[in-house]
Amino acid sequence: MLQAETFELKDDLHPESGKNHLDIRSFLRWESGLGIVLVASLVIGTLASSQFLSSANFFNIGLSVGDIAIMALPLTLIVISGEIDLSVASTLGLSSSLLGYLWIHGWPIQLILPVVLVVGALLGFINGFLVTKLGLPSLAVTIGTLTLYRGIALILLGSNIVSNFPASYTTIGVTPIPGTPLPWSVGIFLVLALIFGVVAHFTPLGRSIFAIGSNAEAAAYSGIKVKQIKMRLYILSGVICSLAGILFTFRLATAEYDNATGLELNAVSIVLLAGVSIFGGRGTILGVVLAAATVGAIGNALLLANFPQQAMGLIFGGLLLISVFVPNARELALRFKGQLSKGRLVGSHRG
Amino acid sequence: MSSETDPVVSLSGAKKYFGAVHALEDGRIDLYAGEAHALVGENGAGKSTLVKIFAGLHRPDAGRLCIEGKEVVFNSPRDAIQSGVAVIYQEPTLFPDLTVAENIFMDRQPQRSFHRIDYRGMNQAARAIFARLEVDLDPTRLALGLSIAEQQIVEIAKSLSLEARVIVMDEPTAALSSVEVDRLFRVAQTLKSSGVAILFISHRLDEVFTLCERVTVMRDGRFVQAAFTTETDEDSLVRAMVGRDVERRSDQVRGVDLKPLLEVEHLTLEGLFADISFSVAAGEVVALSGLVGAGRSEVATAIFGVRRYDYGKVKVGGKPIKRGSPSAAMAAGIGLVPEDRRLQGLVMEQSIARNIAMGSFKSLRRKGLIRSITETRFAADWSVKLQIKYGNLANSVSTLSGGNQQKVVLAKWMSRSPKVLIVDEPTRGIDIGTKAEVHRLILELAKSGVAVLVISSELPEVLNLADRILVMREGRLVGEFDHSEATEEAIIAAATLSKEVKAA
Amino acid sequence: MTLLEQNSQNNSARTGSSPTGVPGGASKFTSLVFRAREFGIFGILIVFVLLTTAVKPRFLAAQNIKFILIDTTIFALLALGETMVVISKNVDLSIGSILGISAFVSSNLYQQFHHISIVIVFGVGIGIGLALGVVNGVLIAFGRVPSLVVTLASLYIIRGLDVLIVGGRQVVASSLPSNFISVTSASFGAIPVISIVVAIIVVGGAYYLKNYRSGRDLYAIGSSEQAAALVGIPIAKRIFTAFAISGAIAGLAGVIWASYYGTIDSTAGTGYEFTVVTAVVVGGVAIVGGSGSAIGAAIGALLLNTINSSLYVLGVSAFWDQAISGLLLILAIALDRGLGLYVAKSLRKRSSRVAS
Repeated sequence: MLQAETFELKDDLHPESGKNHLDIRSFLRWESGLGIVLVASLVIGTLASSQFLSSANFFNIGLSVGDIAIMALPLTLIVISGEIDLSVASTLGLSSSLLGYLWIHGWPIQLILPVVLVVGALLGFINGFLVTKLGLPSLAVTIGTLTLYRGIALILLGSNIVSNFPASYTTIGVTPIPGTPLPWSVGIFLVLALIFGVVAHFTPLGRSIFAIGSNAEAAAYSGIKVKQIKMRLYILSGVICSLAGILFTFRLATAEYDNATGLELNAVSIVLLAGVSIFGGRGTILGVVLAAATVGAIGNALLLANFPQQAMGLIFGGLLLISVFVPNARELALRFKGQLSKGRLVGSHRG
Repeated sequence: MSSETDPVVSLSGAKKYFGAVHALEDGRIDLYAGEAHALVGENGAGKSTLVKIFAGLHRPDAGRLCIEGKEVVFNSPRDAIQSGVAVIYQEPTLFPDLTVAENIFMDRQPQRSFHRIDYRGMNQAARAIFARLEVDLDPTRLALGLSIAEQQIVEIAKSLSLEARVIVMDEPTAALSSVEVDRLFRVAQTLKSSGVAILFISHRLDEVFTLCERVTVMRDGRFVQAAFTTETDEDSLVRAMVGRDVERRSDQVRGVDLKPLLEVEHLTLEGLFADISFSVAAGEVVALSGLVGAGRSEVATAIFGVRRYDYGKVKVGGKPIKRGSPSAAMAAGIGLVPEDRRLQGLVMEQSIARNIAMGSFKSLRRKGLIRSITETRFAADWSVKLQIKYGNLANSVSTLSGGNQQKVVLAKWMSRSPKVLIVDEPTRGIDIGTKAEVHRLILELAKSGVAVLVISSELPEVLNLADRILVMREGRLVGEFDHSEATEEAIIAAATLSKEVKAA
Repeated sequence: MTLLEQNSQNNSARTGSSPTGVPGGASKFTSLVFRAREFGIFGILIVFVLLTTAVKPRFLAAQNIKFILIDTTIFALLALGETMVVISKNVDLSIGSILGISAFVSSNLYQQFHHISIVIVFGVGIGIGLALGVVNGVLIAFGRVPSLVVTLASLYIIRGLDVLIVGGRQVVASSLPSNFISVTSASFGAIPVISIVVAIIVVGGAYYLKNYRSGRDLYAIGSSEQAAALVGIPIAKRIFTAFAISGAIAGLAGVIWASYYGTIDSTAGTGYEFTVVTAVVVGGVAIVGGSGSAIGAAIGALLLNTINSSLYVLGVSAFWDQAISGLLLILAIALDRGLGLYVAKSLRKRSSRVAS
């Protein structure tokens, strides 16, 4: 979708022309920038409130971003491959509802959990099928399944709230991993992040995903199974989001149809803040970990400073804008200098 | 014929350099009102560069461009259009979702009261232009689904609505059927009789003599000769185009007595090519020649699996290969250096090392993981073997020159030790020195027992490399020549004429 | 869709030559198929209304029609702005937030200035929307940043601003003057006056998009940005304008929303962006740009609301509503894609018959 090259650029004799691309060193710059923002927010948080560095507060920070961060991991791979999945939070919500529905219908929890994960895989498969087999644009498809999956959750549970889950499970959601200040969701996120990091950066599959996102045609000409890989990423996203749904349910000890409504945008924000290009082909898992931590830390610091929680969007939105403008700043500055008049292409406006 | 009058457009002494590549050394052409002037030459002769100067896409580094005696400088395509010069490309850029009439009048739509678009007037104006061109095209249909021929007609209509005095047609007939070519020529005749000057670029010499009053020959970026078509003939044009002793491979044809390694049987893809059968033996270089648009690249991509064919069979070493699967083709030992290096061959924004390793990820694993250092070492080895000139292997491949980019693509495939390698336009847009190296690499590969299929529009290249030459025209195999008996003239004849040529 | 596929699709669509002798044949066929797409949605709407009325005649009771139309009015208005943006191959996710902030700030004026003119209230609402749309437009058109990212960010930022402005407050219906409430409560029989006004705006918007050069430019940009640049269309300016108008329209929708609901806090309009995009796409506007109409989008919004209402009237749980709109969106894009492939394939078939 991103052929924004002009006529001149098509010329074989212009090897240097084309988009301005960041190399590995600038990735590192991006991550160190995030690191600095993270440290700064930790410092400000500490100054703002003595409770900030307490282990109880660390636990709170973790709880506030754990589920979203988990959803952000497979989403990162999908965005790197040049697609998008806006149905992540609805998949989470449907998984949560299914968990509640089966529970009130008397299923044993040991059976419910695998069933929920399988259904998660199915939801991902549906997205993958529509995108890879039917060739539909993933933005529109996943806006559709965002509504569809949330709608199915609503059909399952209606306005019921299921909250009589066994305490042995719900405590998982609200107690830290023994010996650490981290909630289980963060522990699972970190383990998954490690696995995702290795897969993305040290395996043939990971390299293929980056190649697909940069240039799907060249990837196919190198024997990379573009559709198959995209399909698997969507299935993976489904499974991981339903895992997040299980954790989310146990954390709140309630299953409701509108659990996590709207969180898809938070997940997308973390991914973009992590330096992952909306056009695909660029990004790191380390960035996602740092972005999730930064979002959690800033949100918590603001909360301790009595900043209204609903207004946090102001900060995240601002960070998101900075994250897209900073990497382009040099190019933009150049362009505004020597500018505009000559009917130049505006580039592709959407990822 | 108005040869006594002054030219409408006159280009002289035009030079254009791209770094070390001298695309145009001496571009020279005069266009006269009411006449068609053909520009012929082999690929790389500088025709495209010259067209782009007329289109306002390139600014020449030296030379004069005059319109009706006054010197002009085109800084953008708009300047060219405003000066009355329109370029019709082989594949025009239209708005597929808009109607034909809107495509013609985009942003210049006739208006009625309150600046509203006058659709009826616009459609009538479009109809009037089509009537003038004597073509039957509905102005109210969408541009989506127009054939290339029809798209060209729309572009011509657009340039007429802009009152263009000069229309440049850049290889318009390459992808047209003979019926469509006839129609285009009728349109061109109409244009001429209304006083438009036409610059006509074509590989098909018969067309030059049918349509044009004058012909200019270019070679290696230089003007060679200009003549009236009535005072020259095809043979002398071909001699002027070739203009040099053709280097021939000195070594003997190999592979003929060996069993075929790559076998292609009755390969057919509706609308693109039909009933293609041939084989390539280990150690043999076979060239697939023909005009651009004859279906050569389509056959190559079908063999490699990125394009699914309808019928037929592809076998390597006697074993049939699953169609439509590049990974199956690669597992069987086939490699493809594709036609469009930037779009298909390379992931431009990724590193040189990553691009070289792209076909070998699985074999680079150690304990299941790939480390960048392994990848870099692997890439460094192959860069040395292929003498790739680079700053740093971690730099993006877009920092390399065209020739070195092509070597990166070759390295990607050679590092997989393929049994069959297909190379599509291996030296397009790369400088002479690197060209020779690429040729040497291809011949060395063959010597080491690889079956090589070369697709090239450059006849000297074909003659230099190939043991056998197959010629395609309009989606079919129409001729086969042995290394010893092939000549440029014979190949051109087979690729352009409508009767089948069978060499003995 | 992968690049590869897209290319091969383009190729087959382009190379699919129709027989030279009968160019009219292919054209009629293509136009017919695409026109069918636009009318199809209207057909589905009629079928839904007829079926529901057959089972439960009270579906067409004046009160019910009024409910459906008022709900549709706000979405149809938002869909007009979104249509302009989507046609140019962009997307505006910030409209729900703009609606929210405009709804509160404009209606809150009545708390501060009891006798303020309704014209000023509307002016403020539209002005806020326009200003925010201008910011979106500048960042997208001149900053060359993907609209998905920019409007996602502004969705958050505007909602955050809204929360800060609203604080713990709320506008309640009792504080609003009757002439403000009557903006949405007045009706001609079953048809609310505001629906008529919005219908005129939507038709006017569609007329502009169809009949003015600058409107056609949006289609051209969405259809092929490369071709648009070659023709010399001022791409950045047009895209900027589309976002500015989309913002202003969302601001207007916010004031209408305030008048209708009467109770306004900082959550007004949350999540509307996806509903509106769904309406637009269901109404036949291609998410990949270049085609569709504002009237289609409005019919899309009407269809979604009609389905909602008919489920209620039929006694089907209202819980099915969301699932059905999601499914409808997927069916709509699948249908569009299917029609596109069908046309391309049949054109290719025609050409190969000629070739052989």
